[in-house]
This record gives sequence, C-alpha cells and structure tokens, in this order.
Amino acid sequence: MELQPYLLLSAITFVIGVVGVLSRRNAIIVFMSIELMLNSVNLSLVAFSAFLGDVTGQMLVFFAMTVAAAEAAIGLAIIISMFRNKQTVNIDDINILKW
Amino acid sequence: MGITFSDITSSAPLVSLVLFSFLTLIVESWGKDKPVLSYWVSLLGVGVSLALSFGHLGAGIPVFGGMLLQGGFAGYCNLIFLSSAFLTILLSRGYLERMECHRGEFYILILFSTVGMMLMAGALNLITVFLGIELMSVSLYVLAGFMRKKVRSNESALKYFLLGAFATGFLLYGIALIYGTSGTTDLVAISKLFPQLSHNPIFLVGCGLLVVAFSFKIAAVPFHMWAPDVYEGAPTTVSGFMSTGAKAAAFATFLLVFVRVFDIAGTSLSQVIAVIAAASMIVGNVTAVAQTNVKRMLAYSSIAHAGYMLSGIAAANVEGETGILFYLLAYTFVNVGAFGIVSIMERQDDKKLNFEDYEGLSARRPALAVLMTIFMFSLAGIPPFAGFFGKYYVFLAAVKANLTWLAILGVLTSLISVYYYLRLVVLMYFREGDADLDHSVPRRSMIALAIAAISIVVLGLYPSLIVDLTRSFFKI
Amino acid sequence: MLESYVPIFVMIAGGVIFGVVMVKLNEWFGPHRPNDEKLSTYESGMEPIRSARERFSVKFYMVAMLFILFDIEVVFLYPWAVSFKQLGLGGFVTMAVFIFVLFLGYFYVWRKGALEWD
Repeated sequence: MELQPYLLLSAITFVIGVVGVLSRRNAIIVFMSIELMLNSVNLSLVAFSAFLGDVTGQMLVFFAMTVAAAEAAIGLAIIISMFRNKQTVNIDDINILKW
Repeated sequence: MGITFSDITSSAPLVSLVLFSFLTLIVESWGKDKPVLSYWVSLLGVGVSLALSFGHLGAGIPVFGGMLLQGGFAGYCNLIFLSSAFLTILLSRGYLERMECHRGEFYILILFSTVGMMLMAGALNLITVFLGIELMSVSLYVLAGFMRKKVRSNESALKYFLLGAFATGFLLYGIALIYGTSGTTDLVAISKLFPQLSHNPIFLVGCGLLVVAFSFKIAAVPFHMWAPDVYEGAPTTVSGFMSTGAKAAAFATFLLVFVRVFDIAGTSLSQVIAVIAAASMIVGNVTAVAQTNVKRMLAYSSIAHAGYMLSGIAAANVEGETGILFYLLAYTFVNVGAFGIVSIMERQDDKKLNFEDYEGLSARRPALAVLMTIFMFSLAGIPPFAGFFGKYYVFLAAVKANLTWLAILGVLTSLISVYYYLRLVVLMYFREGDADLDHSVPRRSMIALAIAAISIVVLGLYPSLIVDLTRSFFKI
Repeated sequence: MLESYVPIFVMIAGGVIFGVVMVKLNEWFGPHRPNDEKLSTYESGMEPIRSARERFSVKFYMVAMLFILFDIEVVFLYPWAVSFKQLGLGGFVTMAVFIFVLFLGYFYVWRKGALEWD
C-alpha cells in the first residue's frame, strides 16, 4: 500500500485548517477550520493504521471523533452565549480583553 | 485483557472521584436549584479521593491493560490536583453566591476536569494522554464562561476554547506521527524504541508538535497569548484552578512523555525546551511589571513560573523531575491562595481588581493582608517559604545539566519579579487607603486560605518531606 | 477482490437506470396541460414570504447540540456489535457501563428541561 499520498493529502488539509484558523474572522468559520484540522489528522491515523495492519489507529480515530463532537457542542454553546450578549460572532469585535 | 478487581482497587482515588462526580450529577439533576447540595457532595468526593490518594504513594502499578499507571508518580500528582480542586471548591461557594451565579454545575465541572487531570498524570498510552487532556480542557472551557451573562466571561471562554481546540489539533497530529513511526501508542513500548526512532525526522516532527501542544497548555511563550485574557475574564477562582491544577496536569504529562519516555537529556529537543523556558521567564516577568490589574499580573506571573519549571524539564535529570514535582505542589497552594484573596476582594462587574484597590488593606483586614503577604513572598521566592525551594531545586537541576545560562537567567528574572510582588505588599501596608470589604468573609474561605498558607510554611520549613518522597519514584 | 463487488455495481446501476427511465417515460408519454395555478411555486401551498436566510430560534441550536452529543456515541456501539460474540460478557458489561453513563447525561438534560420546546 502506498502511504505517501494519504499523508500528503492529510498534511495539506491540516495546513489549510491552520491557515483558516489564523486568517478567518468569523468564530464559526474558525471553528470549522479546527474541525478540518482534526479530520485531516484522522485521515493520517487511518492511513497509518492500514499501512501497519494495526487497529489502534482506527480506535484512536473513534475517540478523536467523539472528542471533536463534544468540542463542537461546547463551542456552539459558547458562541451562542457570546452572541446573546454581544450580537456578533466576529473575532475582531471581541476586544474588551486585549489579545 | 478484561478489567479485574485489582485494577479497581489500585486506582481507588480515580474510581472514587468518577463515582462521586456521577453522584453530584444525579444530585444536581434531581433537586432543582439546590447548588448547596452539589457543593457538599463534591467536597466530600474530593475529600474521599484525597484521603485514598495518601494510601497510593508506593510503587506504581500499571492497570486497565497497561493504559494507566496508578500509585507513585501518578499518586503524588493526584495529591496536587485534588488539593487544588478542594481549595477551589471551598473558595468558590462564597464567591459565586456574591456574583449571583451559584449553580451546581460548577462543582460537577470541577470534578470532571480533576478526573481528566488524574488521567493525564497516570497515562501510559498516548490515547489516555489525549482523552485526559480533552476531558480536562472541555470542562475548563465551560468553567471559564461560567458567568454566562457577563461579556468578559464569554470572551474568555471563546478565546480559551478556540485556541485550546487549535492546540488539540497539534496534539492529535503529533500523536498520529508518533504512532505512524513507532507503530504503537503504548508509551512503554515507545520508550524502548526511542534510541532508534530519535533520528527519524517524522518522529521528531511529531515530538515537536507535542511540545507545541503541551507548551500551550502550560502557557509558555510563544504559546501564552491566551493566558492573560482567559485568566482575567474567567471567574477568579476558576483562574486559580486553571493556573494550578490544569498547569500541574500539563506539566505532569510533559514530564511523563518527554523525560521518562523520550529520554531527551542532551538532545535538540532539550535545547528547544530550554529556549521556550528562557523566553517565558523574560516575557512573563517583564510584562507583569507593567500590569495594573492584579488578575492580569498573576496571569503573567504564572507564565514566568511555567518558564522556571520548564528549565527542570530541559535539564531532564532526576533533580529536575523532583524539583518540578515539589515546585508544582508549592505553587498550587500559593496560587490558589492568591487568586482566592483576589476573589474575596472582587466586587460585582469586575470592580476592585486593580493594584490601588489594595491600598491600606492591612489597617482594616489584617488577616487577609498577612495571608496575601505570605503568598506574594512565596511567589517571589523569598527563603522561608516554599516558593524559594521550588526555584532552588529546578535551577540546581539546570546547572547540573550544563544549562548554567538558564539558571542565571532564572535568578535574574526572579529579581525583576520581586518588584511587582512586593509592590502589592507595600501598597497593603505602607500606603494610606480605604481598601475594605462590604461583606464578611465566609469561614470556609478563610479555612481554605489558612490551609494554603500553612502548607506553604510547612513545605518551606521541611522541603525534604516531599523531596525524599518524590525521589523514591525514580529508583528503578 | 474487485469481482466480489460486481453485484453491488449491478445493483447501483439498476437503481439509477430504473429511476431515470421512470421519470423520463412519464415526461414523454404523460399529458401536458399547464395553467397558471399549476405553474405557481407551490401548487397547493403558500407563497414563500421573506428570505430563508434569517436567524433561527436558539432552541434549534440546543437540539442540534444534544443531537451531536448523543448521536456520535454510536461509533462505539458499531464495533461492539460487530465483535459482540468475541467480546462476550466482559464487553457486554463494559458497554452497559458506557450506556449507563450516557443515560446519566440524558437524565441531566431531561431534568434541566432542555428537551422541552417552550
């Protein structure tokens, strides 16, 4: 099995996620970029797992998916409570505390 | 490979805390709007777990099919996390009642995040490391935004969440690369493979990503940007909990992975960590001098302390490990106490958080002023208190590992820190002012502060109690 | 290896062909007598008012959050279901504990009133 293409794709999508987090200003889109990062890692984990013939990697993917879901729920909740108080989800407007 | 009865008994502190956190959840769901009940159940749970932990300081035993190590190192770290949780729960009740957001979920989340910390310190597998960090962090994201009507608290939670999840991405990628190159997530197996893996570039990239993720969790420069904002906006007692329990857990995992599993002494990774340590000391201390808000000052001071402790990891020798373990315990009592006093001084809507609000406190509230002085002296590292020995041990370790420059830098930056810690003491004692409280301090808060102060003095007078204990973990 | 997938490809192709053929037959042979009523957006419904791109009630987000949380747990149930026989009683007990913990969360959500729409 070729390992390189999977790892390359995973690295590319991971970097797209990182750039998204650093450049986008909408909290929801930033969060979607983070999800992209996590899922690109899942791709490399599955590729490694298939390459090594070892199921640990796939098991870790299940845990990563669950954790990502928990984070998504928490993130949505935090963004909603923010929106209720400030009527915005733009990171540049979130500036009472200086970065 | 099923779960045996001895697995449960050897991990009694962890299992009992998990059960008590479920019990608190049930109690909270059953009796609506009775947070006091949750408070008592959670306090009892932490107390029981703390008592059980004292019986689990002997040799470490792998449990649950080699996923966790209980006893020894993990047992000692559990003491740190549980003390932090215990004092935080005691201090929080009065604070939350005054801030009009006393809800039982607070205690449940403190228990859950403490469980996460205990998993991190006992991890023998990268999967456990990942799950522990996430359980701790997800609970802390919610705790940071616990005052959901307050914009500052929301902001703090959002920043902590976005940057924390970002760090999770790096952590997971690091784990994936290490798994891919070593073929296992078991830390014991990886430690055996480490000599041949340490020349594999992909493996080293994985280690680098783990360093990034852990540095984020301990708030070390250049991954510290979140800390001042999050600590300032979060409920004050939560800031105390994050800067002690969460930081101690991240350090425990850092030690576990980088010193005990990957023997990094003398490698390039050790150099990288030394540079991060130096940067944290300089940035933390210099920026703290310029602060006017006490919570922000404590946040920058916690970045600086992360730098001091990291020099013990960069040294990667027995002295460094025992030094960090001592430092973490001392720092936990000091910082929970300091944030506790700030939480008592604080009023609704973030009032009374600045340095000038402490002017002349000693005239009207002598007990609080004395306690704050003990905490500040200990943070500054003035000899009779525990903070001094913490710094002494980690700098000694750095010198032994040929990192003398780091130790010298540590001493110099500590001198800067004396200025801003003692400024608070001077304001409390030698400046006329009308600092006072408009409420009486609950007795449970005073008890918590007294426990913290007494522990600092005892640890300062008899540091060998802890150092001999921690040194015994490393006889292999 | 690939041969064993042939029935599946045949099945997919059959499904696509059947669907397309039926729609097209109807189009070609069916009577076409359009009038104003038939050509309106919804023949027997309401004209859409306002844009669909507006704010939703926060209640929808609540349901979405709870759905994500309880939905994703199924990823642990599938592997267990596949290897149910090999795992035996130990696996059953472990999953019972897991589902009990989920139930605790459900109980909390229910008692806090998050499942009530109003």
